[in-house]
Amino acid sequence: MKKFLIALFFAPVLALAAGGNVHLDKWPGSVSDKAALQNGAKLFVNYCLNCHSASFIRYKTLVDIGLTEEQIKENLMFTGEKIGDLMQVAARHDEQKKWFGATPPDLTIVARARGEAGAPKAGADWLYTYLRTFYRDDSRPTGWNNLAFEAVGMPHVLWELQGTQVMDPATHKLSLAVPGKMSPAEYDKAVSDLVSFMVWMAEPQQEFRKTLGYIVLAFLALLFVVAYALKKEYWKDIH
Amino acid sequence: MAGGTYEKYKSDGSLGGNVLEWVDARFPATSMWKGHLSEYYAPKNFNFWYFFGSLALLVLVIQIVTGIFLVMHYKPDGSLNAAGVPVAFASVEYIMRDVPGGWIIRYMHSTGASAFFIVVYMHMFRGLIYGSYRKPRELTWLFGVGIFLVLMGEAFFGYLLPWGQMSYWGAQVIVNLFGAIPVVGNDLSILIRGDFVVGDATLNRFFSFHVIAFPLILIGLVAAHILALHETGSNNPDGIDIKEKKDEKGIPLDGIPFHPYYTVKDIVGVVVFLMAFSAIMFFAPEGGGYFLETPNFYPADPLKTPNHIAPVWYFTPYYSILRAMVWNFFGLDAKFWGVVAMGASVVIFAFLPWLDRSPVRSIRYRGPITKVMITLFVICFFILGYLGTLSPSPMGELISQVCTVFYFAFFLGMPWWSRMDKFKPVPERVTMK
Repeated sequence: MKKFLIALFFAPVLALAAGGNVHLDKWPGSVSDKAALQNGAKLFVNYCLNCHSASFIRYKTLVDIGLTEEQIKENLMFTGEKIGDLMQVAARHDEQKKWFGATPPDLTIVARARGEAGAPKAGADWLYTYLRTFYRDDSRPTGWNNLAFEAVGMPHVLWELQGTQVMDPATHKLSLAVPGKMSPAEYDKAVSDLVSFMVWMAEPQQEFRKTLGYIVLAFLALLFVVAYALKKEYWKDIH
Repeated sequence: MAGGTYEKYKSDGSLGGNVLEWVDARFPATSMWKGHLSEYYAPKNFNFWYFFGSLALLVLVIQIVTGIFLVMHYKPDGSLNAAGVPVAFASVEYIMRDVPGGWIIRYMHSTGASAFFIVVYMHMFRGLIYGSYRKPRELTWLFGVGIFLVLMGEAFFGYLLPWGQMSYWGAQVIVNLFGAIPVVGNDLSILIRGDFVVGDATLNRFFSFHVIAFPLILIGLVAAHILALHETGSNNPDGIDIKEKKDEKGIPLDGIPFHPYYTVKDIVGVVVFLMAFSAIMFFAPEGGGYFLETPNFYPADPLKTPNHIAPVWYFTPYYSILRAMVWNFFGLDAKFWGVVAMGASVVIFAFLPWLDRSPVRSIRYRGPITKVMITLFVICFFILGYLGTLSPSPMGELISQVCTVFYFAFFLGMPWWSRMDKFKPVPERVTMK
């Protein structure tokens, strides 16, 4: 009876679980790698922050990835902002809309927003795949298209680093037609670092959150011992 | 009286005498303490399922206290800030990043919303299996159903406030449902939104409902729920009446004072609950993308409809029932019947005390029919809930229709199947398992 009921429960789940989207490459990075985060911050500020804002985070927060305020000011701030300022862009939204057809979205929490029900961390995989699968497509106004984001409005900003990929129309596989400044392995590492930074930026306190979680759980475990002993003591005469 | 009672307590207005006596002459502090805690006799055989009532109260307190602090920094404002982001959305991120400890408060509140429903569903299931709604506890049950309804409203209004994509489009979809009501529907949905689309007016009124109106009603109903319970006394896993067997002092033989016995026991439950709560809050605050839906990390954009609008998990069983109705009966739109079915699926819980005709309360002394029916009901509820998170599909539609039919058959057939079952003799005294 029980087995029958369990089977009954899972049958529709299996029937519906089939099907999927674009294949996503697993993001190999980590948010606890400070060097990767710093490299990612450099790439983000140089390549992304010209058009995309990160308007929920302050430059000062970058202290958390192991930089001093001096280092932040000298290496990551170019247009006379103050250290406590939010990471905004100078470009105006209405002008951007005219240039690209859409306002480039704010990227502060895009790593979380790109997650999915059942896989909230898949946003990192999506970004890692997206930033590595641009290819030439002359039918697009920018000349670029993307495997993870069909008919994307953004041109391939990192093309100097990656080089130019083309798609084989038969197999839908990408190949490098013109090499860039980086080897494919170097480029993958750079994108991974950039994604690390974006994952960190989406929730800067995430590592501290987990640390605090262990402390809270340890405290509750102790409290459990005391609470359980108290209950046992009071209830010893109840039968 | 003529002041006599007061003189007995030596109260000259100073605190020279016994403070408690001074208070008791003016306010029923001691008698309330006794009536509801130290001399409220609860059956001694409460099991696992009896933790969830006090846990629901705990979550209510968590939500109110964290809510108070969130309101200090949250701004119910749909207009765009200098960076082009809605102020309400930006204020939530401000709480998450710039307010010291803000992220803890916010995650407690967002995790608390889901925890509230988990705890309340467990609490309702307890009532279902042990027949806690049966005579004489009908009013306790009805107040409880009221709490459940208000809680759903509270959760719905609250979900709009972060002003993310799912907040916005979820509210749009749900408010549009009212438009399916014949004749008045359209005007009614405009009245609810305060605008022709969900906008700043909607955000502000939902904020008002979420932080003032509904919490007030909720607290009132919770008080009524507990008062009614303490009038009749608690049911127990054996479903028998402990008040029928009393000692010479009139204390039920199987009753123990709620305080200290159940207060110390509930502390254990609270600690275990807080461990599960903290595990989610600190290690998976998105709850797998179901407690915080990932599209809600995009700010609300009235010009961009998400591909797939899914309500939060605790509404999905009812949402599936809504989507299961695809037929235009009596010249009325299928959407209208969906709304009717969805409303009925929630309200039908209120009729349980009169639908259940079993001679015994507890599932322990009821036969296979009850066990199979309740198991199937729970399975249907889970399947409906799961399907409600998915995009519509022909297969899903068919399964949800089957489950919807069973969902209603469970309730509407109860007067018959609950009587047909085999029953075991009920014990004289409660059993400790």
